[in-house]
Amino acid sequence: MRLLKTISTTRAGLLASVFLFALAVACQSGKNVDPTPEPPAPGGGGIQYQTTPVTLRKPANFPDVVYDLSKNPLTVEGVALGKTLFYDPLLSRDTTISCGFCHQQFAGFGHSDHPLSHGIDGKFGTRNVPGLENLAWGREFFWDGGVTNLDELPISPIQNPVEMDLKFSEALGRVQKSPRYPALFRAAFGSDTVTTARFLKAISQFLLTMVSADSRYDKYVRKESGGELNPDELAGLTIFQQKCTTCHATDLFTDRSYRNNGLPAGTINDQGRYTITLNEADRLKFRVPSLRNVEKTFPYMHDGRFATLDQVLNHYSSGVKDSPTLDPALKASGQLGIALTTTEKKQVIAFLKTLTDDTFINNRALSAN
Amino acid sequence: MKWTITASLLGTLLLGFAVVSCHETDVAPTGRMRIAFDNIVGTSDLKLGNGTYQNAAGESFTVTKFNYFVSNIRLRKEDGSEFVVPQDSSYFLVQEEKPASQTISLSNIPTGNYTGITFVVGVDSLRSLADISKRTGVLDPGLNDGMYWEWNSGYIFLKLEGQSAVAPAAQNNTFFFHIGGFGGGYNGKKTINNLRTITIPFKSDMASVQSTSAPTVQLKVDALSIFNGPTRLSIAQNSSVMFDTYSTSIADNYAKMFSYDRILANQ
Repeated sequence: MRLLKTISTTRAGLLASVFLFALAVACQSGKNVDPTPEPPAPGGGGIQYQTTPVTLRKPANFPDVVYDLSKNPLTVEGVALGKTLFYDPLLSRDTTISCGFCHQQFAGFGHSDHPLSHGIDGKFGTRNVPGLENLAWGREFFWDGGVTNLDELPISPIQNPVEMDLKFSEALGRVQKSPRYPALFRAAFGSDTVTTARFLKAISQFLLTMVSADSRYDKYVRKESGGELNPDELAGLTIFQQKCTTCHATDLFTDRSYRNNGLPAGTINDQGRYTITLNEADRLKFRVPSLRNVEKTFPYMHDGRFATLDQVLNHYSSGVKDSPTLDPALKASGQLGIALTTTEKKQVIAFLKTLTDDTFINNRALSAN
Repeated sequence: MKWTITASLLGTLLLGFAVVSCHETDVAPTGRMRIAFDNIVGTSDLKLGNGTYQNAAGESFTVTKFNYFVSNIRLRKEDGSEFVVPQDSSYFLVQEEKPASQTISLSNIPTGNYTGITFVVGVDSLRSLADISKRTGVLDPGLNDGMYWEWNSGYIFLKLEGQSAVAPAAQNNTFFFHIGGFGGGYNGKKTINNLRTITIPFKSDMASVQSTSAPTVQLKVDALSIFNGPTRLSIAQNSSVMFDTYSTSIADNYAKMFSYDRILANQ
C-alpha cells in the first residue's frame, strides 16, 4: 500500500497502458499464427532498413485511385527495385525479353509498329500491346480484363509461351541468385529473400509511378501555363465531348468498361471479354482503352489492325459492323457508327494529339538508363 | 490520495480483466487431428502413370496428374456444435505426386469427440481476391504447381490429367480437366462457380481429439466419380475442359468423390 501511495496519477496512466498492452499481447499469443505474414520488419545482423516514402501523384483532374496503396506503400527503394525488374531480360527464358521490350517508353509504353505483341523467339501473340499509364486507376487489366489486380499481372507475360516463356518459380529463382538483387530487396523490404509478394509488389510500385497527366490538354483543363489549344484542337475537343465521351470518359479517357465497337471479327476470332466471363452478352467486347498518348501508341485496336488515327476515325464513321453485342452507343441514331465530317475528323485528331505527354515520355525516372 | 486509490483500483480492475478475458482461450485444452485423403480410382489405388482404369463410358485411361484444393474446414462435434478451423490455417493442396500433401494436419482443435467434417473443394472468392501477401504456400499463384490461371485471375480448384487412346491425337492422346471459377462479380452476371462444399459424417464413429491423442480421419477420394457422376463424362467427347460452362458439370461430379473410410486413433 505504501508503494501505491507514491504512484502519481501519470504513473497510474502508464501502468494502465502497460496492463492494456500486456492484455493485448497475452491474448494475441493464444491465437493461431498467420501463416502468410506481411514482409517482416527489419531483420537482424545490424542491417539498416529505412525506406523513403513516395507519394503517388494524384492529378487534380483525375477520379479516385483504385489501387489499395495501404497494402503496398510506395517507397523510393521499392520503385527502384521494380524498375530494375521491369527492364531485366533475365525474366525471360532466353534472357532476351524484358517487360520494357514490349512496353517502350517512346511509344507510351506500347510496342510501336507491331500490330500483335512480339515476344520470345520472334513469336507473336494474339493482341496488340497496350500502352501503360495511370495504372493506379485501373480496375482490371488486359484487353479482356482477365487480371483483376495489378499485383498479379506480371505472372502472365513472364509465363506466357509467346512472351517471356519462363516459369514464374524459375524467374524468382534467377532473381534470388543474381548478384544484382540482394541489396535492392534488402533496401526495399528489409530482407534479401525473394518472395512472390515482394517481387510483384515492387513491380507494381514502379508501374504505379507511371502517371501521365502533363499533356497540353491536362494543362488546359487545369488552367496551367502551356495549356493553350488552337481553334482546331478546341473544335476537336467539343466534338469529342459530344460524340466520344460515352466510352472515353473522364480525364482517364476511358470508362473502364468492355464494349463491342463494331470491328468485324478477324481470323484470330478473338471473343474478348467473353473468354473471361463466359457471358454471351460479352462476346467481341474489349476494354475501352485510354486515349492518353494515343498519337504514340499506334497501331490501334485490340489486334492492332489500324495503323493511323485516320483509319480509326474512318472505322467509327463508316466501318462499324452490326452484331448482337454491338455497343448501343454505335447505333443510337438509327444509323451505324458515329457521324463525322472530314473536317470534324481532322479536328478530333488534332485534339487527340494534345493528349501526348512529352514530360511522361521523356521522364528519366521511368527510363531504362 | 484520492487519485492513487483510483489508480490502484483501475490497475487491479485491468489486471482482473486481463486474467478473465484471456482465461478461456488460454486454458481450453486443444489437440490435433489429421485428415488423410486416400486417392483411388473405383476399387483400385490411384497410381500415376501406371494403372489403367476404365470409366462408365467404357474408355480406358491412365492418370498423370491429380491435384485439388481443400479449404474452409469445419468439424462437427458430438453435441452438434461446429469448430471452424481458423481461415488462415485452412487451405490445403492435395497432390497425388506428393504423398505428404495427402495427409493434412489440423492443430489447436478443442478436445472432444467429432462426428463429421465439412470442407470446400477450391479456394473461396474472398481468399482468391485477397492481397498477394496473404496468399503464400499453396496459395502462391506462381508457385503452386500451376494451380492458378494468370490470364483469368483465379485458382484452379482441381486438375485431372491423363492419357487415353480416345483423346485426340493432336493432343498426344492426353486429356485435361482444369476446373476452377469462384463466381466473380464483374459488375454484372456472375461467372461460373465451381466451389463445392462437401459434408462427410463419420458414420457411427467418432474422432476423439485429446491433448495426448491425435486421430487420423481417413477419407476415400474416388477419381472415377469425376467421370461417373450425375454427368457421364466422356474423354472422347470432352478431352479438354478448362474455363468453360461445362466445367460446372464436372464440379458436380467431383462434389461426390469423397467418402468416409475410417478413423485411426492416435496415429
